[in-house]
Amino acid sequence: MLRYALKRLLGAIPTLLLVIVLAFLMVHAAPGGPFADQRVLPPETREALEAAYNLDAPLHEQLTNYLSGLLRGDMGPSYHYRDHTVSELIGIAFPVSLKLGAMAMLLAVCVGVAAGTVAALRRNTLLDRTVMTFAMTGISIPVFVIAPVLVLLFAVKLQWLPAGWSGNEGMARFVLPVIALALPQIAYVARLTRASMIDVLASDFIRTARAQGLGTSAIVRYHALKPAMLPVLSYMGPAIAAILTGSVVVEEIFGINGLGRFFVRGALNRDYTLVLGIVIFYATLVVLLNLVVDLLYGVIDPRIRRR
Amino acid sequence: MISKKRALVYLVILAAAVAVVWQYQGVPQVGGPVASVLHRGLLTDPESVDPHKARSVQAGVVLRDIGEGLLSYSPTGELVAGAAKEWSISDDGLVYTFRLREDARWSNGDPLIAEHFAFSLRRLVDPATAAFYSSMIADVLNASEIVGGELPPSELGVEAVDDHTLVITLERPTPYLLSLLSAPSTFPVHPGSIAEHGDAFTRDGNLLSNGAYKLDSWEPGSVLALSRNEQYWNNAATAIDEVRYHVVTQEMTQLNRYRAGELDITDVVPPDSFAKVREEYPDELHVAPYLGVYYYGFNLTKPPFDDNPELREALSLAIDRDALVEKITGRGEAAAYSWVPPGVDNYEPRRFNYADQSQDERNAHARRLLAEAGYGPANPLRFELRYNTSDTQERIALAIKGMWAEVLGVETTLINEEFQVLLANVAAGDITQVFFSSWIGDYNDAHTFLSLMVSDNASNMPRYSNQIFDSLMQSAAEQVVPKNRRSYLEEAERELLADHPIIPLYFYVSKHLVSPDVVGWEDNVLDYHYSQHLSLAPTSVTP
Repeated sequence: MLRYALKRLLGAIPTLLLVIVLAFLMVHAAPGGPFADQRVLPPETREALEAAYNLDAPLHEQLTNYLSGLLRGDMGPSYHYRDHTVSELIGIAFPVSLKLGAMAMLLAVCVGVAAGTVAALRRNTLLDRTVMTFAMTGISIPVFVIAPVLVLLFAVKLQWLPAGWSGNEGMARFVLPVIALALPQIAYVARLTRASMIDVLASDFIRTARAQGLGTSAIVRYHALKPAMLPVLSYMGPAIAAILTGSVVVEEIFGINGLGRFFVRGALNRDYTLVLGIVIFYATLVVLLNLVVDLLYGVIDPRIRRR
Repeated sequence: MISKKRALVYLVILAAAVAVVWQYQGVPQVGGPVASVLHRGLLTDPESVDPHKARSVQAGVVLRDIGEGLLSYSPTGELVAGAAKEWSISDDGLVYTFRLREDARWSNGDPLIAEHFAFSLRRLVDPATAAFYSSMIADVLNASEIVGGELPPSELGVEAVDDHTLVITLERPTPYLLSLLSAPSTFPVHPGSIAEHGDAFTRDGNLLSNGAYKLDSWEPGSVLALSRNEQYWNNAATAIDEVRYHVVTQEMTQLNRYRAGELDITDVVPPDSFAKVREEYPDELHVAPYLGVYYYGFNLTKPPFDDNPELREALSLAIDRDALVEKITGRGEAAAYSWVPPGVDNYEPRRFNYADQSQDERNAHARRLLAEAGYGPANPLRFELRYNTSDTQERIALAIKGMWAEVLGVETTLINEEFQVLLANVAAGDITQVFFSSWIGDYNDAHTFLSLMVSDNASNMPRYSNQIFDSLMQSAAEQVVPKNRRSYLEEAERELLADHPIIPLYFYVSKHLVSPDVVGWEDNVLDYHYSQHLSLAPTSVTP
């Protein structure tokens, strides 16, 4: 298993390199620049700025400089946040996104799997339809609609929870963003679980278990749940990466300083290094999470391990 | 009978609950006397809290709280003494002598001396600093040569005669110099701190402040926490102990946080909810004229708009600006019939010669001009109008497209682009024809608007070049007597308006929600609201 993991990791290096080079070329190809504004800088000031950030060098030289910086673990200074380096900004934003994302994912899996299983067991009953209607609604209503409604109801009208992020310490500020983040995920997970559970419940080994006289709850718990989780698990890899690196919409609406917002604002500000830094961070995370999911597959399904 | 195991679990839960409750009750006791805290919304982070690296309006808002220039502004927007208590100007208007306050100090207790200002102004123009506003003090002796790298920063016309006397020598009379010396880019930085920490002198804990507040912490994208600077010379007059700037990029979120009582002052009011906000908070909504103009520019390097002022005038005439500000923008903006906004000190804006006509008369005139330029139903004028992607921009562009079509039969293609793309296209000047732009005054003087249209100004988006206008601006710059300077500037604006390189559409207003608990808020044309001038009504201080 260790050898397999190492092989996969080494295999990811060319992928990452390609991502970096492509991203580098793309951000630099975008019109405008980090110092462009309606208040155009006098040429000598712009030259001084570009020299200070090595932006006056030929592109290939900038790229090699950037790559050699990366090898030393230096993602460079942010062009927009002139007092901060990219590593610092990611260091501030990632824990925020991580906490939010982890809570949202946990909520989504617990509620989603439970709802999906119940719906599968009570297939085609009123309960099933109710759960699936909620799931459909959760998927169809975009976050930018749900989130403001949550804010209006719970923060502005009822004043139970804070409307924003900054300055509100403690757990209360997590509640609304986590719900907003989790709702669509709950829906996906519930639908995936239901479909996969129905498949599994119809399979031979479940029939055998039933024939042996096992009760439904024991069958689900000991025999059906694990195989039914496979599709959910493969969905979770990229979903976790996406949710951990921040949701732009939720972060904007609640004013949360997570990675997603820094990424989008960075792109709008042409903050080359910040955008690149987050892309690299994200790419690495996706590679790692996919590896973890593949390894977990082996743990859950022995047939895969043997291959 | 409860089993032993179960009893233990209950005990642990109880202990945890007690600990939590205790913790909560412990909090207020630690703080001692209650501090008053002001919560302000901020649309973006400052780029930097180094006064020489900052750029945005929002950075200025924060810097005005944590720093102070030689001069400052009163709550109502009048220029007043800052770190300098008095000053004198030589008869030729070229030498300014500032007398600094003896009790001015940095937040670590170091005295603030004249050499610190001299050091900071040299740092501002030093190419090594790469300051955005390096050319702001271009009128100071040798400043332009230093920015251009031809002279070392030590040659700048600033001199600390003694600890409390600073002399600034100019190349030409600059009546708005005092206004410039209240701007954050001319604030002092602490030389010792820069020597010790280098670029990290702005970081949490390192930054020394000479303003009413000091920066305790800054979490990018979230909050800047300021607290009272006990060393500030006028600390006794500061009422609010702590200020939190909450970075909230969404206008709607600022409104919701205001509604939820989390913000005392918002930076903005969302355009879509404006009517509702006016109804909901009639007394808390503050809308005031602001030194900013929204305009459309012509690309004067390409046909059809190069050397065709009549055609440009026709398009300018056909826009019903009053309808635009009433029905489309609708936030109290003033229709623009001049380039310089009303409210600028010592200046009376010139107006378009058609300003007093009715819209019908203007339309008739516009049709005549268009026909003379050779366009008509058989040969309609077609062009592209570019603006950056935003709802407000879109609505304005659609309305104007409609007016042009209805009055002149002009076919306008609307193109919205991401802001950076628009800037790049306008700067290149290859494909742009008519484009949106805007200008916010850097200081309270007509010069900040008029100088934009001088041929060699880098921000001259239409690439307007008129020798008469340039020489009028040059003459204005040479005048020592304010009255003469003013008449040259007014003459220059008249020349500009007659040439129609731009279509000024409306003048901006500042928009804030201010909680009734906030005392001392005054609307002013610069939209400067120093936290040190504000206080909180006693009821709002949490007991």
